[in-house]
Amino acid sequence: MIRFTWFRFRTQALVAAGVLAALAVVLLVTGIRLADAYDAAVAACKPHGDCASALRHFPSSGYLAAGNGMHLLVIAVPCVLGMFWGAPLAAREFETGTFRLAWTQGSTRTRWLAVKLAVAGTASMAVAGLLSRRTVPAMAVTLAIFAAVVWFAFPAWVRPHLLPPAQATVPLSTGSVDGFEFTSPDQRALFVETAPPDIPGAWILSAQLTTPDGRPVSTVPATGACGPNAPGNSCQAYVLSLHLRQEVTYQPASRYWPLQWYETGIYLALAFALGGLCLWWIRPGRFAGLDVRHRTSPPAPALQSSP
Amino acid sequence: MNTVIEARGLGKRYGRRWALADCTLAVPAGRVVGLVGPNGAGKTTLLQLAAGLLAPDSGTISVLGGRPASTPAQIARVGFVAQDAPVYAGLSIAGHLRMGGWLSPGWDSELAARRISRLGLDLRQRAGSLSGGQRAQLALTLATAKRPDLLLLDEPVASLDPLARREFLQDLMETVAEQQVSVVLSSHLISDIERVCDYLIVLVASRVRVAGETEELVATHHRLSGPRRDPRSLPASWDVIEESHAGKQSVLLVRTQAPVLDPAWTVRPVSLEDLVLAYMSRPGDATRARRPGLEVAS
Repeated sequence: MIRFTWFRFRTQALVAAGVLAALAVVLLVTGIRLADAYDAAVAACKPHGDCASALRHFPSSGYLAAGNGMHLLVIAVPCVLGMFWGAPLAAREFETGTFRLAWTQGSTRTRWLAVKLAVAGTASMAVAGLLSRRTVPAMAVTLAIFAAVVWFAFPAWVRPHLLPPAQATVPLSTGSVDGFEFTSPDQRALFVETAPPDIPGAWILSAQLTTPDGRPVSTVPATGACGPNAPGNSCQAYVLSLHLRQEVTYQPASRYWPLQWYETGIYLALAFALGGLCLWWIRPGRFAGLDVRHRTSPPAPALQSSP
Repeated sequence: MNTVIEARGLGKRYGRRWALADCTLAVPAGRVVGLVGPNGAGKTTLLQLAAGLLAPDSGTISVLGGRPASTPAQIARVGFVAQDAPVYAGLSIAGHLRMGGWLSPGWDSELAARRISRLGLDLRQRAGSLSGGQRAQLALTLATAKRPDLLLLDEPVASLDPLARREFLQDLMETVAEQQVSVVLSSHLISDIERVCDYLIVLVASRVRVAGETEELVATHHRLSGPRRDPRSLPASWDVIEESHAGKQSVLLVRTQAPVLDPAWTVRPVSLEDLVLAYMSRPGDATRARRPGLEVAS
């Protein structure tokens, strides 16, 4: 079964491997150039002692980097692989009826699926194919589940909590004040629009404005400094004079790789769990709910005898 | 009787609908068994249960003394050609033979190659471009070259034209003669069954209506016509399969071991097809007890 599955899968596997290899070469070259450019930039700014602002806009341009669609590729490729490899893995055999050939030729069905899952390695997406038994719906389900889990649910609800986030309290700085706005018609309360503080490379989860004694606030009492006739930055000076703070919840840059590994581990565990579900689903005794009649075949002609 | 398939109270449900319910039958070994019945009788379900593609929801089935598809060894002993003879459309004939070698422990590559060349097929041709007859032949090749003890064929010729059908059955006969394999073949074409099968099982609504050697069945059934009789006055040893009483005449189809000696009856032989049709249109056991002979107004 292993040889047969590989035999059928080899063309697409080799093509994909080729594409990935080409991509890897591009990334490797880009990576080396980026590292060189970074070293050069650091060497240039060291004498001035102000590397933080110089590196803020690094890399300037010309690299195949995060902003240049690379992240789209990283997000799309697994999804496309799942749709075109994973979903048809079992669904196509059910659709064309060839599972009847495979299951009666000499391999047990458990082995048939286990090998398929192992060779293709896209276990999670095969679930859709197994449950719906139709290729195109399976591909659609793959897309839907992938989008829901990987693009929305995971970043929003799971990823921030994989590691307990770090807390920091920083004084409100000029750079973090975005603007002001009166919140009431009588102009007695002033809403302070803030941006998260600048922590290099950090993933800011939340930033809460507080008073010096730690009470959360969103507005401060307004004074004449913020009135319509006040000079240019007197309002900002007033707000800064209140010594407000920002309580920041964030994942520091150093946690980038641990978070990646945790997430990979979770997806792998999910894939194995779903693979197990697939094996459980087709186990010989439990095939009852599955109508394996060939749904696309035309109705058989009525009883007759040939002349 | 040595059996290859034994089913007791076998049932299979799709959702709420029972495709096969309380089916009890025994298929003898060393025969080419024809399984006939109307659509929906449960033939395909029965064969898929025997091949282990389905698991029963009630009752038991044993094939060659084992549970269907329970082990690779059991799968190796049972060859199966599903309805419409599924093959991998994108895979060449050579690829299919290679698959057979990889999947089937007892694979006879020489036999497979011999069959393919005898059929005049090109090894490089993709299965998707084969004609219906050629595809069926390829599927039969895969099933026979694993050297099974039992070959299950589900409507193997239903979609073939008469010539391809004859060639397929001819080829099947040769295979059976060569390999000493038991065969169960479902079909609703009685002429095909007549050509290749030496044992017949008529299945209607999951029940075996009649089972036996085809020759014996034909020999023991007679069409009788004669003056009208009260059905209750007929000899007790006769099993009346079909009766019609019109005007002054009665026409019966009876099964009896003894010769019909009463000169009042005109005795004619019955074709296998008439016999099967009579059994299929015969009401089930439950209804027959209540229903008198069919009355035809003249």
